[in-house]
Amino acid sequence: MAKVLKTFPIGGVHPCDNKLSASKQIEPVVLPATVTIPLSQHIGAPATPIVKPLDIVKVGQLIAKASGFVSANIHSSVSGTVKKIDNVPDTCGYKRPAIIIDVEDDVWENSIDRTDSLLKEISLSQKDIVEKVQESGIVGLGGATFPTHVKLSVPKGKTCEYLLINGVECEPYLTSDHRLMLEKTEEIFVGIKIVMKALGVSKAIIGIENNKKDAIDKMSAISNNYDGISVQALKVQYPQGGEKQLAKALINREIPAPPGLPIDVGCVIQNVGTIYAIYEAVQKNKPLFERVVTITGRSIKNSSNFLARIGTSISVLIDASGGLPGDTGKIISGGPMMGKALNTTDIPVSKGTSGILILPEQISSRTNISNCIRCAKCVSVCPLGLEPYLLSKLSLRSLFDKAESEQVVNCIECGCCSYNCPSKIPLLDFIRLGKTTVMKNIRNRTK
Amino acid sequence: MNNKLLKVSLSPHLSGKESVKSIMYGVVIALVPAFIAGLYFFGIGALRVTVTAVVACVLFEYVIQKYLLKVKPTISDGSAIITGLLLAYNVPSNISAGIIILGSLVAIGIAKMSFGGLGNNPFNPALVGRVFLLISFPVDMTSWPKPIVTRASVIDAVTAATPLAIVKEGLAGGTPYSILLTQIPSYWDMFLGNVGGCIGEVSALALIIGLFYMLYKKIITWHIPISMTGSIFIFTGIMWLINPQANADPVFHILTGGVLLGAIFMATDMVTSPMTPKGMLIFGSAIGILTVIIRVYGAYPEGVSFSILIMNAFVPIINRFCKPKRFGEIIK
Repeated sequence: MAKVLKTFPIGGVHPCDNKLSASKQIEPVVLPATVTIPLSQHIGAPATPIVKPLDIVKVGQLIAKASGFVSANIHSSVSGTVKKIDNVPDTCGYKRPAIIIDVEDDVWENSIDRTDSLLKEISLSQKDIVEKVQESGIVGLGGATFPTHVKLSVPKGKTCEYLLINGVECEPYLTSDHRLMLEKTEEIFVGIKIVMKALGVSKAIIGIENNKKDAIDKMSAISNNYDGISVQALKVQYPQGGEKQLAKALINREIPAPPGLPIDVGCVIQNVGTIYAIYEAVQKNKPLFERVVTITGRSIKNSSNFLARIGTSISVLIDASGGLPGDTGKIISGGPMMGKALNTTDIPVSKGTSGILILPEQISSRTNISNCIRCAKCVSVCPLGLEPYLLSKLSLRSLFDKAESEQVVNCIECGCCSYNCPSKIPLLDFIRLGKTTVMKNIRNRTK
Repeated sequence: MNNKLLKVSLSPHLSGKESVKSIMYGVVIALVPAFIAGLYFFGIGALRVTVTAVVACVLFEYVIQKYLLKVKPTISDGSAIITGLLLAYNVPSNISAGIIILGSLVAIGIAKMSFGGLGNNPFNPALVGRVFLLISFPVDMTSWPKPIVTRASVIDAVTAATPLAIVKEGLAGGTPYSILLTQIPSYWDMFLGNVGGCIGEVSALALIIGLFYMLYKKIITWHIPISMTGSIFIFTGIMWLINPQANADPVFHILTGGVLLGAIFMATDMVTSPMTPKGMLIFGSAIGILTVIIRVYGAYPEGVSFSILIMNAFVPIINRFCKPKRFGEIIK
């Protein structure tokens, strides 16, 4: 069967895959002595804690409530005693409130179905599914952590024709979605059916990059049993996992610039990790309190895929994969292209943690910058059709109005420009500065 | 272990393999076939001029950066080598060392360093050097030695007019083009480089090998070379079709003079060419049209250098108006 590989047409780069942990099964990790569960693991307002110190909690118990529509519930990932609610550094390095729980035993809420059996029958109604997803605190697990129930509520006047499933995992090194597709294949298909029911759509397309041939084969074989769900193999190209690039590659539609959303072109996009979480929430009554985290890096002894409880310190995961190598120079939460560099290993796993990447000292530093030679290689790799050289220069000179008219807010911060720059100019650093300033200006104007 | 400091920076945390150095030395490699052709057809003179130009350019850049600007010299990036090579390729092989050194000084000192060095120069340095020499030393710059293989003796400094000059003068004097064709070398000789001319411009074959290398290495894109040669071909083709006896045919225009050297190595200079494909097409086509106008109506038989320099000046305005197609933009 000769397959045509689709992809997005403009820009993009192809860094070395380095999917070191692609053949490693998802394994549970030992329960830590304490967990630190941040109250802000999603885009939107932080959740409001409903427990206090010395409260006894069970696994899966609601411990913080969503404060508003764009927010998400947070559940305890362990059983034990609430120690305190305190400010702790998160992935971004800021100190933000978190609930710290001392772990005792592993007592789960009775309502959670802990069996492995596959439940295909979808008994919940459309409205109940959305409510269940909201209740279970599910957010986009691809990294954006946007509350999922918001995406499942199609605004009035908009119609959804396609559900697009993101199994691209275009970031080098990361393999958590890949492993989920291999090990929880049927569950993901049932999950897709649930979301299709919630959205009232009849067509779903799963996009998978061609460097995961085993996942494409397995998913394609099973897709024959499910009406309306198809698998599309995609050419390996970063940043195909971005919403805009995925929609362009799969259904050839262009999501407009912010505040444009996928629904504006008739589609909703969900990550396979999110789909699996939805399956567990709806069919197994299990809220989102654990996720697959890839621990990887060339210097790591055993690159692994762990099923980790939210709030587990990443140092526990690093120790479980052979300990932190002596020559470590950088620890990154997420992939190497868009991930955040951490300044300590004492950071809890949150809903958005897809992987931890350890880079050795010699590739941790940036190289010296030389003059821009105007080679236009940043322009040719920009998947949004922007001119990174110009945007970075405008931001550097504080010409923010000009940067706005050059559509700086359209930048998805994929980093292709910085990656490809032969002069090693950190273009994206400056563009980010311009983008945040322009967005602030726009907000102030509309106020 | 835990008290060791970790490095923190914004994403992306990876960087591509390409560097300014790899690009510049890629161009140098692409220029090697033309050098070999020059050496074959013009002998030791080509070597002498090329080495002089390269050494002079690198040296001037070093001296200016170290003693005048007091910055760390960047001669290792290879850009000065390219300027030297291109300057040498644009002069006859019998030119005196003094003239080529002066040309190097103008190219590096005035055209490149006075604007702030690599990346900041609006005009192609090698071309500025060449045009300066052409205007200042018109006789030395336009007396080309015949290729060695057609010469009786290597020592004889026989000079010959280029096919462009023969045709231009002939057509101006009313001689029909069909008769002029018998007075110039065959197209096959022109393709190989067996004609009088500047060191690096004579062999179309060698230049095209360089083009394919640069396209393969993704150093340049096809836009400028194709649009420039294409517009010359179409423009001269129309004129030739209208009056085949009073105008030279398009193949002649492409193969003679500096068209291919200009289209492949000079107009494609990253620093002085537009940033978007659309802009590159406009830039290349305009150079082609200007070249033909200068060749046919101008005082000089050749117009590639002037055309590229003129269009270099338009690059900022081209960049301003030729934007890439933005993603998600609704086309009205």
